[in-house]
Amino acid sequence: MSHISSLLNVLFDTFFDVLPIVVIIFGFQFLIIRKPIPNLKKVVLGFVYVLVGLTFFLEGLEVALFPVGKLMATQLTDPEFIYGVNKGLNSVLVWQDYLYVYLFAAAIGFSTTIAEPSLLAVAIKAESVSAGAISVWGLRIAVAIGVAVGITLGTFRIVTGTPLHYYIIAGYIVVILQTLVTPKSIIALAYDSGGVTTSTVTVPIVAALGLGLASTVPGRSTLIDGFGLIAFASLFPIMSVMGYAQLSHWRTRRKNK
Amino acid sequence: MKAYILSFIHSLSESFRDLLPIILVIAFFQGVILQQPIPNIGEILYGLFLVVLGLTLFVKGLEMGLFPIGDSMAYAFARKGNIFWLLIFAFALGFGTTVAEPALIAVANEAAVIASKGGMIASTEVAREDYANGLRFTVAFSVGLAIVVGVMRIIFGWKIQYLIIAGYLGVVAMTFIAPVEIIGIAYDSGGVTTSTITVPLVTALGVGLASSIKGRNPLTDGFGLIAFASLTPMIFVMAYGMWIG
Repeated sequence: MSHISSLLNVLFDTFFDVLPIVVIIFGFQFLIIRKPIPNLKKVVLGFVYVLVGLTFFLEGLEVALFPVGKLMATQLTDPEFIYGVNKGLNSVLVWQDYLYVYLFAAAIGFSTTIAEPSLLAVAIKAESVSAGAISVWGLRIAVAIGVAVGITLGTFRIVTGTPLHYYIIAGYIVVILQTLVTPKSIIALAYDSGGVTTSTVTVPIVAALGLGLASTVPGRSTLIDGFGLIAFASLFPIMSVMGYAQLSHWRTRRKNK
Repeated sequence: MKAYILSFIHSLSESFRDLLPIILVIAFFQGVILQQPIPNIGEILYGLFLVVLGLTLFVKGLEMGLFPIGDSMAYAFARKGNIFWLLIFAFALGFGTTVAEPALIAVANEAAVIASKGGMIASTEVAREDYANGLRFTVAFSVGLAIVVGVMRIIFGWKIQYLIIAGYLGVVAMTFIAPVEIIGIAYDSGGVTTSTITVPLVTALGVGLASSIKGRNPLTDGFGLIAFASLTPMIFVMAYGMWIG
């Protein structure tokens, strides 16, 4: 019974998230474009599928993944666990002591990105538009690697307490340099992949990891250091997607020689 | 009917495959590194079932509803040649989908708590709420603006890298003058604004526009709207932090 009522709650919330979009779309369609929507029935059914699908998805995450994911994030950043693995209490921690945290950051960044619905949507579009030159899985894996590297580096930053903007500015410089040498056709898609990676699945677990770390690492404040992981996760996929494009570009060039 | 069921089962198995990495990661860390039993296995299986079913329905709905409507609206606007209404639509889409975004509301409330602890605003409920609402509308406005600029880029064929580099310079410049407390939130706000429904719709709109305007390539010109939508909030949130502080 409680399962059903909590599902209905999520359905209700999701409905109100989708509502403004539906109002805007149908408002413009009827008032400005003033043409019937082709396959109206199918489109409406599609919206219902999106609504119900998103509801199940969010409720499932809430029941199955988030509690375990967040619990693990706190357990792994717990000083007791970190001291216990390495040495007795009261010894000074160095950044190498957080090895498992980095490992977890990389693994969870990669795997949650693969499951991210908005990335899947963009990948489907990219595959159809590029006539298969960019594959759904190629793009998703490239982005997931970027997120994994980004979040790992982000946890390293929290542990060491170095300023966020140094990393981000350095990242921007790399992105700009890569833009100069990457095949033109991929640039816009690569920039987009930064923004789509961090939504429904990744944000809650990654945010728990960041806040957990910032509250347990000595000398860090949750206020200043707890944020920023999402920023890393949206910057590094840009690099990895451009890297993926360069790699496949070079490979085809070498084959053609 | 049978073919329909078979294709549905196929989609379900694909969704399961998408989810498998998370299951493996959690099982590995829980079992091998932390050496803790997994609590409530029944509950977790029920949740995983919901996630797989939900993802399958979502993808089906994308292909039936969100993608076609994005395409057809882009096509209709391009044929009508009415740039003014297209830009209004772009702004409404960006603003309307962002202002109610739950992730953004969460971040805005978090930011309000930080601001009141940092003494930038009064430590009262009302002041915090005002601050959070102001932040939300700032971000929503900046996303609306981003989609407008992105659509203009597609129409006029501007090169995306120049605009992005200009945006980066804006972010860097603001970083040096904005209060330290706001920087982390500002950087993160770029990532949280683009929700699961906005992304497919905006992508379909961009690709649809680029396909229906002569001389534009859907791959080179159609993407990029999301990129703007995740860049402008950073600049505007830092500006908001300065204006309040």
